[in-house]
Amino acid sequence: MSDPEARKVIEMGYAGSERLTMNMGPQHPSAHGVFRAILSLEGETVVDIDAVIGYLHRCHEKLAETLTYTQYPSIASKTDYVAAMTSELAYVRAAELVGKIEVPKRAQYLRVIAAELQRIASHCLWLGTWTLDMGGALGGGATIFLYCIREREWVLDLFEALVGARLLYGFHQVGGTRYDIPAGWDKKVRDTIALVERRLDEYEDMLESNAFFQVRTQGVGVVSRELAQEIGFSGPLIRGSGVGYDIRRAEPYSSYEDFDFKVPVETAGDCYARYRVRMAEFRESIKIVRQALDGLPAGPISSRPGVKSVGQVRIAKGEAYARVEGARGEVGCYLIADGSAKPYRMKWRGASFSNLSVLPHILIGCKIADVVAIMGSVDPVFGEVDR
Amino acid sequence: MKLDPTPLYSAIVAFVVLNAVIGMVTYVTLLERKFAARMQSRIGPYRVGPHGLLQPIADALKLMMKEDVVPRLADRGVYNLAPVVFLIPCMLIFATVPFAPGLGIADLNIGILFFLAVSAMEIVGLFMGGWGSNNKYALISAMRAVNQIISYDLPFIFISLVPVVLAGSLKLSDIAAAQAGLWYVFYFPLGTVAFAAYIVATLAAENRVPFDILEAESELIAGFRVEYSGMKFALIQLGEYAHMIGTSFLGALLFLGAWSGPGPAWMGPLWFLGKAMFVFLLVTWIRWSFVRIRVDQILAISWKLLLPASLLLLMATALMIVLRGGSGA
Amino acid sequence: MSAGGEGPALTVSVPVERWLELGRFAKDTLGCQYFNFSTAVDWKEQGLEVVARVENLDANFHLTLRTKLPAGETRCPSLVPVWRGANWMERECYDMFGILFEGHPDLRRILLPQDWEGHPLLKSYAVDTPHPPYR
Repeated sequence: MSDPEARKVIEMGYAGSERLTMNMGPQHPSAHGVFRAILSLEGETVVDIDAVIGYLHRCHEKLAETLTYTQYPSIASKTDYVAAMTSELAYVRAAELVGKIEVPKRAQYLRVIAAELQRIASHCLWLGTWTLDMGGALGGGATIFLYCIREREWVLDLFEALVGARLLYGFHQVGGTRYDIPAGWDKKVRDTIALVERRLDEYEDMLESNAFFQVRTQGVGVVSRELAQEIGFSGPLIRGSGVGYDIRRAEPYSSYEDFDFKVPVETAGDCYARYRVRMAEFRESIKIVRQALDGLPAGPISSRPGVKSVGQVRIAKGEAYARVEGARGEVGCYLIADGSAKPYRMKWRGASFSNLSVLPHILIGCKIADVVAIMGSVDPVFGEVDR
Repeated sequence: MKLDPTPLYSAIVAFVVLNAVIGMVTYVTLLERKFAARMQSRIGPYRVGPHGLLQPIADALKLMMKEDVVPRLADRGVYNLAPVVFLIPCMLIFATVPFAPGLGIADLNIGILFFLAVSAMEIVGLFMGGWGSNNKYALISAMRAVNQIISYDLPFIFISLVPVVLAGSLKLSDIAAAQAGLWYVFYFPLGTVAFAAYIVATLAAENRVPFDILEAESELIAGFRVEYSGMKFALIQLGEYAHMIGTSFLGALLFLGAWSGPGPAWMGPLWFLGKAMFVFLLVTWIRWSFVRIRVDQILAISWKLLLPASLLLLMATALMIVLRGGSGA
Repeated sequence: MSAGGEGPALTVSVPVERWLELGRFAKDTLGCQYFNFSTAVDWKEQGLEVVARVENLDANFHLTLRTKLPAGETRCPSLVPVWRGANWMERECYDMFGILFEGHPDLRRILLPQDWEGHPLLKSYAVDTPHPPYR
């Protein structure tokens, strides 16, 4: 292998010092995907980390230059594949911003409902996998994991009724949404989110009254305000470090200004603070979905209905940066259009890419067990990191 | 029925007990899986045999047929011997456990001392496995294991001494017989606290979550077992579960009165089994409900909390005995 | 230097020599502590352009910084001394466009393997360029 980093892994530094180079390799139960952390350990303490990414690089940005505005939204969902609705939304919003395309009110509300339900499903997965990392596949972590996956399945059933797909949708299109809600979906959504709300209370109780959980997460992985801002943290992570930055409030899009919801902020900056922010976000999302369903206006679902040809949407010269508040943070799409049916340049600002880049700054001095807890609370999805 | 000490008799009883233990170990895995499944709102093994009853047999057959993968750079002698060295102490502890008054392989005068000493020897096998695998994960896990098991064996021993002091004898059948009136767990407050502490110490000495830092699936994959496959892995699993059941039996004997229970005398061993399974399920229940804690926190709990507590408990028990005048209670 | 934009959005374009100075000005004087992203655009014959976006979260104000590299030029000062978040972003620009950032502590490829040849996001790099053994 010509990869000089691969050689770093095999040596065991016993010459005098106690330093051990260990590879938490791309295949690892808690790598959250494909992530390689080359750790240098002294005993149990991490003294150096080299984070290697790129195992899931699929050239989204080059691909976007070859696909039209109608073809790409389905591919955009594969960046943050756990929260696909918000990923697609970033792309179509960018195209709409550049082309100054109007989106009907009903489509905006539908987008909000989809995004917030997606946030609930994504946070369910986050909670499950995080406790799984901390508690082990043969232990209490697995119990909470299975409960959370069970809740997530209810939400994915809703998406299946709406779009036909459970994980990667083609729901958004430039100008609005592709599908409208089927009959009876309204009631199903209300029942499901009521169920999730009840169960959430149980899980919160189970975790917070558990001293082991507290001791594992409090004071672990503290990210200061300054570091969070310089790195480009966003979403629940920056709100856990004391900065109340939520794109839905700072730059409301898609009718978010119509809804009444709180933005939870914690100041501690450790894993526990980020956990509390996400648990509060669950409840806020449930509130928003209820308000959106109550106020859903009638009307068309797209200002450019009916896809007749893939080259149908042409956007005049211009550029814009559109961002949405994804489950992991700020998902953004910087689009430069040149008048044809394909973009000239698309830059995907993945939330997890910036979030993950904090690791070399906060992992020095932690124990191996903390590495796992911190990675879980950062909650990276490697589709976004590597694109 | 007096224990006839001819070697043939002992050999036959040992053979029977060994087989019984192995059979129990395989079915205890099924019990644990079903129990855990019900806690997680699912069913557990269901298809292999009626309600999954043949699942352990299927697992055993699978493990026997799997390829035995040995890492090229592994220290062969140490690597191959480790499962055996791990398994032997775990099986040997059953030698001193009396299953009924007079029914046992070797009811030694120093029964509990033998039990505790031998059960601590599994560390050797564990470390051999971790070292011989030539794998950094295994090595880190082995070092953590030695740390943890040594730290927790001390409180474990002191807590086990509480019933010894109460009964006035190291012989396990004497301790069991002394509970014919009242089980030690009901000796409020000392017995109950001792039982609770025993459960904690068992969790730690058995490497069960929340103290399973040595295998920590999500950090070290399978710990010292990571390079073992096939029959060697089966031996290690066997040893772990045998040790687990052994300490459950010990707990039932020390605190729950072993074979005492309503009904005729021949039901004694069944009561004993039931109580041991109760202790086992208690440990399993805790295992499937908690996340694990970090290794430095585990050691802090042991040295700063559990060890002083168990010493205090022992001294308080001794004080109580002296105040009541004489030995036995 | 030129500036433009609507409302609270502002775009500032400077020549390469003043890139770092602009970054420091944005962070220290304008209070833009939040580093959003940094990327590059290949304008074919006109050369490359490096784009960065920073924000002032308290004042809810964002700033897009641009600098056009002369045609054929691939060197640009690095913003890592100003914002730590520029580290991985600039590594990606190097990986995809071949822009060499002067002052970057650890400039190596981030998404592609270390032995990859070529810089894929350049317009001169065809989408189906073969690269054994990966494709």
